[in-house]
Amino acid sequence: MIEYVENKEIIARRIARIFKTGDVVNLGIGLPTLVANFVPPEVTVVLQSENGMLGLGPAPAPGREDRNLTNAGGQSVTVLPGGCFFDSATSFGIIRGGHVDYTVLGVLEVDQHGNLANYKIPGKMVPGMGGAMDLVAGSRVVIAATTHFEKSGASKLKRHCSLPLTAAGEVNLVVTDLGYFEVMGDKFYLLEWFKPYSPQWIQEHTDAEVVVMSTCQCSDIE
Amino acid sequence: MVEKTVLSAAEAAAKIKEGMTLQVGGFLGCGSPDGIIAALAAAGTRGLTLVANDTSILDSKSGKGNGVVPLIVNKQFSRVIVSHIGTNAETQRQMNAGELVVDLVPQGTLAERIRAAGNGLGGFLTPTGVGTEVEQGKQVLTIGDHVFLLELPLPGDVAIVKAKTADKAGNLRYSKTARNFNPLMASACSIVIAEVEEIVEIGEIDPDDVHTPSIFVHFLVQSAK
Repeated sequence: MIEYVENKEIIARRIARIFKTGDVVNLGIGLPTLVANFVPPEVTVVLQSENGMLGLGPAPAPGREDRNLTNAGGQSVTVLPGGCFFDSATSFGIIRGGHVDYTVLGVLEVDQHGNLANYKIPGKMVPGMGGAMDLVAGSRVVIAATTHFEKSGASKLKRHCSLPLTAAGEVNLVVTDLGYFEVMGDKFYLLEWFKPYSPQWIQEHTDAEVVVMSTCQCSDIE
Repeated sequence: MVEKTVLSAAEAAAKIKEGMTLQVGGFLGCGSPDGIIAALAAAGTRGLTLVANDTSILDSKSGKGNGVVPLIVNKQFSRVIVSHIGTNAETQRQMNAGELVVDLVPQGTLAERIRAAGNGLGGFLTPTGVGTEVEQGKQVLTIGDHVFLLELPLPGDVAIVKAKTADKAGNLRYSKTARNFNPLMASACSIVIAEVEEIVEIGEIDPDDVHTPSIFVHFLVQSAK
């Protein structure tokens, strides 16, 4: 009997292993931000922040905050040596121009056609899309980072999104706390699963078409 | 070079008249012209349209916040054109109550529409928003294998921007991520007022270090220390 336990950290750990040195990466607010904590020390990525910087660094020590230096969530951050600042038009030129290799975003719903909904629940929550629509449309690889289930227990991986879309057909990879999926040809392909789940259990608990790749294996991340 | 007139924050706010479209620089309060905003809140001018990245961060417990929050709380806007309102519950309340029209625009599209207005462009084609609600009412064009939306320029009557340093001619230099939408708005409005932390003599900013050329700036306001 397998019992689901929510695990955001395993999602961040797995995504952090996708990057290579030199990749330009934009991390969204919330769970995606955790990914920065787990990038292996031998890998150096360049973090882009859509409010206008490359070379985003960690939060400053208490008392060292600079009110002119924040991330896209409005929190105080630092800039790494070699980083730089630019205006919002240049920032989104970088994003739409295909110069960001990976964007990692949170999810309300993601479907097997690569559609993403993460900015609006009509009548309930309308925060606005911020930079998400441009990031998803422009980045080379779009990674959806999400717990597999909503609080209600429903699968966040769907056959068809029912919420307003952030972008149509742009999601490439989905990492949940059950496994690592690629979106291809209108299906989710399971590439890796996490303990204690199994490919069959994941298929049975996902409200979408999940194909188990012949090379699918159990992740060594615990 | 001609020196620009230095206004008080109240004199700057008085340039903003009822019904105008006001562009306000800043990103969640970072790089926001707080002195002019406070003076505009005191003046109470209403019926304004706001163009800004967001409606800033409201602390719902204290009722206070940064950036344009005082103007939102005062209900001085009838319409806001922004990419994000998720950190200001009062914006959402006014929207749901039918007191405020909120046009949500993807952030990159918003920046480029402002840039287009200041740069003599009739519009631009972007892949952002294709296949989403953002597409509604817009021309969709297929160029080669790619689908784009036609987005139009977004000019304003007055821009209030924030810079770190101005020289007396009005050349501006921003600091770090406080730059954001400020230089774009400085190109896109009929009247541009820059609130700055310091005003230096002409020639003291290296011409290589100017972010916004002086010709875009009409008035300067010295920030409170």
